[in-house]
Amino acid sequence: MSDKKYWQSFGELNNSEAYQQSVKDEFKEELPFENEGLLSASTPRRDFLKYLGFSTAAATIAASCEVPVKKAIPFANKPEDIVPGISNYYATTYVNGGEAVSVVAKVRDGRPIKIEGNDLSNITGGGTSARVQASVLDLYDTARLRFPTIGVGEDAKEVTFEAFDKEIAVALGSNPVTILTSSIVSPSTKEIINQFIAKHPGSKHVVYDAVSYSGILLANEATYGKKAIPSYKFDNAKVIVSLGADFLGTWISPIEFSKQYAKGKKINEKNPSMSKHIHFESVASLTGSNADERFLHKPSETGSVAVALLNAINGQAVSIADAKLKAGIEKAAKALTSAKGEALVVSGSNDVNIQIVVNAINEALQSNGKTIDWSATYTYQGVDADFAKLVEEMNAGNVPALFVYGTNPAYSWFAADKFIAGLKKVKVAVSFNGKNDETTQLCKYVIPSHHYLESWGDAEIKTGHYSFLQPTIAPLFKTRQWQDSLLLWNGSTTDYVTYLKTYWSAKVGGENGWDKVLQEGIIAPASTNTVSANFSSSAVANAVSAATSGKKAGKYELVLYQKVTVGATDGASNPWLQELPDPVTKATWDNYLIVSPALAKTLLNIDLTNNGQADAYEVQPPKKVVKVTVNGKTISLPALIIPGTQADTVGIALGYGRSEKIGKAAAGTGQNAFVFTSLNGNTVNYSVADVQLELTNETYKVALTQTHNGYDTAQGNRTEVMKELTLAHFKEDPKEILEDREKELAPFGGLAKFEKDGTIYPVFDRPGIKWGMSVDLNTCTGCSACVVACHAENNVPVVGKPEVLRFHDMHWLRIDRYYSGDMDNPNVVFQPLMCQHCDNAPCENVCPVAATNHSSEGLNQMTYNRCIGTRYCANNCPYKVRRFNWADYTGADSFPDNQKDVLNDVVLMMNDDLTRMVLNPDVTVRSRGVIEKCSFCVQRLQEGKLKAKKESRPLETGNEGKWDLKTACQQACPTNAIVFGNANDSHSAISITRQENKLRSFYSLEQLHVLPNVTYLAKVRNIEEEHAGAEKKEEKEHA
Amino acid sequence: MLFCTIGILFLQPRMVIFPHKTNLFVNMAFLRNTLKIFLTGIIVFLSFCFSNSASAQDGKALFSANCASCHAIDKKLTGPALMGVEDRWPNKANLHAWIRNNQAFLKTGDKYANDLYNEYNKTAMNLFPNLTDAEIDAILKYIKDWKPAAAAVQPGANGATADDKDSSLLFGILTLVLAVVAFTLMQVNSNLKKLSDDKEGVPAPEPVPFWKNKAYIAFVTVILFLVGGYYTTKGAIGLGRNKNYQPEQPIYYSHKVHAGINQINCQYCHIGVYQGKQATIPSVNVCMNCHMAINEYKGEKIYTEEGNEVNGTAEIQKLYKKAHYTPGQPWDATQAEPIEWVRIHNLPDHVYFNHAQHVNAGKVQCQTCHGEITKMDEVKQFTDLSMGWCINCHRETKVQFKENGFYSIYEKYHEDLKNGKIDSTKGITVEKIGGTECQKCHY
Repeated sequence: MSDKKYWQSFGELNNSEAYQQSVKDEFKEELPFENEGLLSASTPRRDFLKYLGFSTAAATIAASCEVPVKKAIPFANKPEDIVPGISNYYATTYVNGGEAVSVVAKVRDGRPIKIEGNDLSNITGGGTSARVQASVLDLYDTARLRFPTIGVGEDAKEVTFEAFDKEIAVALGSNPVTILTSSIVSPSTKEIINQFIAKHPGSKHVVYDAVSYSGILLANEATYGKKAIPSYKFDNAKVIVSLGADFLGTWISPIEFSKQYAKGKKINEKNPSMSKHIHFESVASLTGSNADERFLHKPSETGSVAVALLNAINGQAVSIADAKLKAGIEKAAKALTSAKGEALVVSGSNDVNIQIVVNAINEALQSNGKTIDWSATYTYQGVDADFAKLVEEMNAGNVPALFVYGTNPAYSWFAADKFIAGLKKVKVAVSFNGKNDETTQLCKYVIPSHHYLESWGDAEIKTGHYSFLQPTIAPLFKTRQWQDSLLLWNGSTTDYVTYLKTYWSAKVGGENGWDKVLQEGIIAPASTNTVSANFSSSAVANAVSAATSGKKAGKYELVLYQKVTVGATDGASNPWLQELPDPVTKATWDNYLIVSPALAKTLLNIDLTNNGQADAYEVQPPKKVVKVTVNGKTISLPALIIPGTQADTVGIALGYGRSEKIGKAAAGTGQNAFVFTSLNGNTVNYSVADVQLELTNETYKVALTQTHNGYDTAQGNRTEVMKELTLAHFKEDPKEILEDREKELAPFGGLAKFEKDGTIYPVFDRPGIKWGMSVDLNTCTGCSACVVACHAENNVPVVGKPEVLRFHDMHWLRIDRYYSGDMDNPNVVFQPLMCQHCDNAPCENVCPVAATNHSSEGLNQMTYNRCIGTRYCANNCPYKVRRFNWADYTGADSFPDNQKDVLNDVVLMMNDDLTRMVLNPDVTVRSRGVIEKCSFCVQRLQEGKLKAKKESRPLETGNEGKWDLKTACQQACPTNAIVFGNANDSHSAISITRQENKLRSFYSLEQLHVLPNVTYLAKVRNIEEEHAGAEKKEEKEHA
Repeated sequence: MLFCTIGILFLQPRMVIFPHKTNLFVNMAFLRNTLKIFLTGIIVFLSFCFSNSASAQDGKALFSANCASCHAIDKKLTGPALMGVEDRWPNKANLHAWIRNNQAFLKTGDKYANDLYNEYNKTAMNLFPNLTDAEIDAILKYIKDWKPAAAAVQPGANGATADDKDSSLLFGILTLVLAVVAFTLMQVNSNLKKLSDDKEGVPAPEPVPFWKNKAYIAFVTVILFLVGGYYTTKGAIGLGRNKNYQPEQPIYYSHKVHAGINQINCQYCHIGVYQGKQATIPSVNVCMNCHMAINEYKGEKIYTEEGNEVNGTAEIQKLYKKAHYTPGQPWDATQAEPIEWVRIHNLPDHVYFNHAQHVNAGKVQCQTCHGEITKMDEVKQFTDLSMGWCINCHRETKVQFKENGFYSIYEKYHEDLKNGKIDSTKGITVEKIGGTECQKCHY
C-alpha cells in the first residue's frame, strides 16, 4: 500500500520537469522584481519618497476630517418575529423542474442568505447538493426579469399587471391554450392547470424536460404498466451495478441516492462489510469515479452490455468482443446473482429498449419490491414524443396560444430551429420564466414568475412525500407567481395562497394543521414498506433484439452528459456553480471535449507518457481545440484529457453556450451541446454513435484547478496525503494503517508520545473545548455540495475565469481528485481538503505580524485586519489551503478603481448591491491583500457556544443526536462524511467517530508534526478477489 | 536595540519560543553578548510595559466595572457619593469587609453600617466576594485621587480644563526661556572662545552663523522629529475613536427621564440585548405603546448640552409627527415612518460584538460600557470603544464560571479552583477561557 503511486496530474505521474518546478513554488507567477538596479528601475527611490510623502499627507488630511455621521434607523413597526441580528429559519422547497428538495432557508434581517437541507425529510435527511446550495444566489441574480412586458425583442415594453391581464384576455379570446411546462411536482398546480384546461375547451398540458427520463417512463409502462419512476433503495442493495447512471451526481434524485449509497459504504470496523458497486460507462463520471470497479464501453454498446448482463444472469454465454468488458460483465453477473434480492441494476440510458432489458435484469434478480420500491414514484412526467408532436402542431399552425413555464426548448430541444419556427406561428405566446432565456425572448407576452424563495407552493417529491414552499422574502421585483396568473385568467377570484391553503387545510386538519406543515415543511407517508409491481415480460424479447441490433457505429462516439455542478438547465448563470471545479475534470467556467489518453495520442498528438508533451499539455492553460461534427452540425471545443474515458469516446457537458441574457456568468462560457441530441423514436438520445473529430490549429484557455496546489518537498509529498486499501486487505490486516503510522512515527516517540516528543515546543493545554473534524473518504462522493455551502456561508469571493487561470481561485474547501494505477482506467479517490487547523501550525510561526495564531480551542485563527499580506503563511502551509486576495474581489476596499481592468463582469456582478444581499453579515468581507482560509465556520461555533451559555448547559455537538452547531460543509453533506465537534467531550459525535474508526483514521502528512485537527478515514475499496499478498498485487488491481 | 524592542513588540504572543532558541544558541560564545543585550532589551522593555500599566488605571477600570452603576464619587446615586469614603469609615478593615459582603457585615451589628443601610431605604448593595484587598485599595486610591472633571458635569463651565492648559503653557514658556538662555550662553561661549583664540593667535576658521551650524540643524531636526512623531502617533492611535461623541438627535430623547427618573427597564425598549448581536433601537410602535397616553412632559426642567431649556411636550409632538398620530384619534401603525437616529456607538466592520454574549451570558451591566445612562439626558459615548479597552475588560472580568452550566466542561479549571491552584479570588477571567484570542471578535 505504501508504495502506491497517487497522482493528481500527468506531470505528477511522470514526475516531469515542469511538475518538479511547479511544486517548488507556492506562487506560480514571477514576482514583479526589477533587476536593473534601484535607480534605473521604473519606480526608483524618488518615486518611492514621493508616494511616501503623498500618502503621509493624505493620511493626515483624512485624519483631520470630521467623523462621518452614521444613521441608525429602526423599524417603524417591528414585526414580532424579526429581531435584527437574529436569523430565522423557514422550511421551504427547492424546485427546479421535476427535481424538488426539502430545504430550510436561513433568513437574516429579511434576506435569505443560506439554504440548508430539511433534517425532517426522510428522502434527503438534511442533505443537499451543490445546485441546491447555490440556488439562493439565483434569487439575487441581476439578470432576473423585473417586470411584465409585451412585445418581442426591441419592442418589448413594460406594462402593469392590470394592463397585461386585460390584453391577455383579449388576445386569448376563446382559443384553446397549450400549457408547456417542465415536470410539475405541485399537486395544487396540477389541479389549477386541469381547471384551466376544463374551462378552455381544446386546451392541453404538455410536459417537456430538458433532460428527460422518457426511456424509463415508457419502459416501465411496457413492463409494469405504470408510466412512472419507482423509488430505488440503494441502501438495501449489497451489489449495485450501474450502466452509465450517474446516480450520485445527476440521475433522478442524487441527494437521496447518495445518502442511501453511503449507508452501504459505512464500515463497522469490528465486522467490516460494505456494498459493492460495479460501474459500466463511456466517459468518466462522478458515480463511476466512486465505483469499486469500473469497466469502459462505447456508448453504442450500451444495449449489448445490458443484454449480455441479462444473459449472464440467466446463465447464458456473454458474447462481447472486448475481453476486459466481457470479464467485467461476467463478474458483475456473478456478484449480482449471488446477492439476489439484495441487488440493484440501474441504467442512465434514455433508450426504452435498454431500460426494458434493465427491468428484466432487476426482475431476474428479484429486486422488484426489495431494492425497487413501487410504493412511491417520482414525479417526472416528460415524454419527449409528446413534445415532438407539439412542435409539429405548432409548425402546422394549429396552436393558437402557448403558455411556457419552467422550460426552455429554444435552447434544449434537439431541433431548436423547428421549435423556434413553430413558436413564431403561435399567435399568443406567454412566458412565465424568470429570466429572458432563449424561449422567453421569442414570446410576445412575458410575465415573470417568482423565484422559489419568494413563492408559495407544494411539491410531491414522490408519491405521498409532500414538501411545502413558503416565501422567505417579499418579491424583489414586479413578478407574479404563474399560478396566480392562471387562476386570474381562468376567472377565479381567489389568489394562489388562498387556493393552496384551501387545498391543503382540509387534508391536514385545518388552520393548525396547515401551520404545522408549513413549519415543518413536509408530510411523510405513514408506511415505508416497499411494494412490488407486477412485471410483464412480453416486451422483453423485442427489446433485447432492438437493443442489440442496428447500431451503426462510427470511428468515434460522443456522450452528452450533465455536470454535477452546472447541470443542463440554468446553472450556467450561477457564478458559484461556474467557479465550482467539476469533481472529475477539475475544470471551471467552461465545457470542453473530454478525450481519453489513448485518443489524445492519435487525435491531439499528445503522448502523456512523454514528459515534454504531457507538460506542454498540462502546464499551459491553452488547450487544443477540436472541431466536433455530427450530421453537419459543428461546434469547436477545447479538448481535456481525462483518464477513465473509453478510448474512442468523447464527452461534452450540456448546459453551456448561453447568452448574457440569462446571467453574466453564463456569457461566453462553452458551447451548446444540445444540438447533438437526436430523437430516437419516442425519446431523445443523449449519445451519438458517429461523430467526426478534427484537430484545429486553435487553442482555448481552460481554467483547471487540479494542479494549483502541488506539494513535493523533502518534508513530504502527495503520496503521504492519501491512504486507501481494499476491503479484503482490511479484513485480513485491519491494523495496517495504524501500524504504518506507528512505524513511521517510532523515531519521534511513536503514536502515543508523538505530540510531546516530536517537537521542542511545549504542549499546550486545551481546557474546555477542542474542535476536531473527521472526514470519511469512503462515504465522500466528491459531489461538492460542501464547497458551495462554504462559499455561501463564508462570503468566499468569486474570482472569475481569468483569475482562476492565474491560480487565484479562492475556495476555502476544495475537493482533491487523486488517481492511482492504470492511466486508461484509474482508481479515483476524492479528498475534501480544508485548513487542517494544525496544533503546531507552520503558518503561524512565519507570520511577521502574528495575524495568524492559535486559539485555546485548537483553531488556527486568521485575523484579516492584522494581515499585511506577506503570504509567508501560504508558502509554509503543507496543505496549500491558504488563499490570498490578489485583487479587490469583494469591493471591500474604499477605492473602486482597484477593480478596474483586473476583474471581469462576473466579479463585478457579485459586487452589485442586489447580489451582495446574499452575504453573511456575521463574516467579514475580506479586502485586497489579505490571506484567508477555512475558519471551521468560527461564526457558527461562537453562535453555538452562546446558545449553550444562554441556556446554561454544556455544549452539545452530536451528543445523542443533539447539535448546537454544525459547520457549513458538514451540514451540506448528503452522506454525513464530515463530522465535527468538541473532541474534548467523549460523548460528542466526533469523539465517537474517532473512537469507532481507530483503524482507518489517519492524519494527512502526519509525520511533519503539524498536528492537524482533521482526521481522515481511509478509503476502502470492495475488491474481494485481491486478498492474498495484497502488497504485490496492487498494480494488477485495476485490470 | 531599538529594533529588538520593536521586534518583541510585534512578536509578543509568541514569546514562549525564545527560551528554546536561547538553549540552542547558548554554547555559541560569539553570540552570547548579542544575546545578553537582546535579553536585557526584553527585560527593559517589559519593565517599561509593566511600569506603564500601573494600578491607578486598574482602580478606574475596577470602579467603572463594579461600582459606577450605583455610585458616583461626587454625588448620591442609588448609593452614597464615595468622595472621602475612607475618612468616613472608622477603619479600613471594616470598609473592606463591607465592600466584599455588606449583608454579612450588617449582621455584625456595626452601627455605621446599619445607619447607612437605613439611610438608603435598605437598598442592598451588590456583593463583591471576588475583589482582592489590592483591588479594593486600588479603587479607594482612585476615589481618593479623583478630581472633578468639571466639563463633564456642568455644561458650559470649563474652568478645570483651563487649569490644565495653563500649566502646560507655563511649562512651554519656561522651556522656551531656558532654550533662549541656553542658546545665548552658547553664543556667548563661542564668542568668548573666538576672542581668546584671536588673542592667542590661533588661526580660527571662518565663523559659521548659527542657522548654518550643522550641529544646531541636526539638533533641531531631531527635536522636531521626536515631537512630530509623538503627536502623529498619538493622532493615529486616536483615529476613529470618538469618546464623548454626543450628536444631536432628531428628537430630544432623554434617557435620564425614561430610564433614570421613570425607571423603565433597558430591555423594554432594547429588546435584542438579551437575545442577539444588536441591542436594537426601539421602533416607533414601541415608543407609541406609552406615548399614546403620555402626550405631555410634566417632569423637572430638562436642558440641552448647551444649556437651553427643552420643551418636552414639543419633543413628544415630533414623535407623533413621525408616527402620523393625532392625539385623540385611533392610531394606524402602518402609517408610521421610522425615525433616523444618529448612531453613537460605531464599531469597525471587522469587529464582531454580541450584546447577548455580554449581557445575558456574561451578566455585564449596561453601565459598564455605556456609562451612567440613567443620568444622561442626551447620550454620549462613554468609552473610547478601543481594542485596548475591550481587552483590558476581558483580562479583568470574571466569567460566570460556577453559575453558568456551560463552563462545567472546563473540568480542569474547576479542579484547580478547588485545590487552590488557581487563586479563587481572581477566579476565571474571560482571558483564561480564551477571551483575548483574535477570533473571539474578528472573523
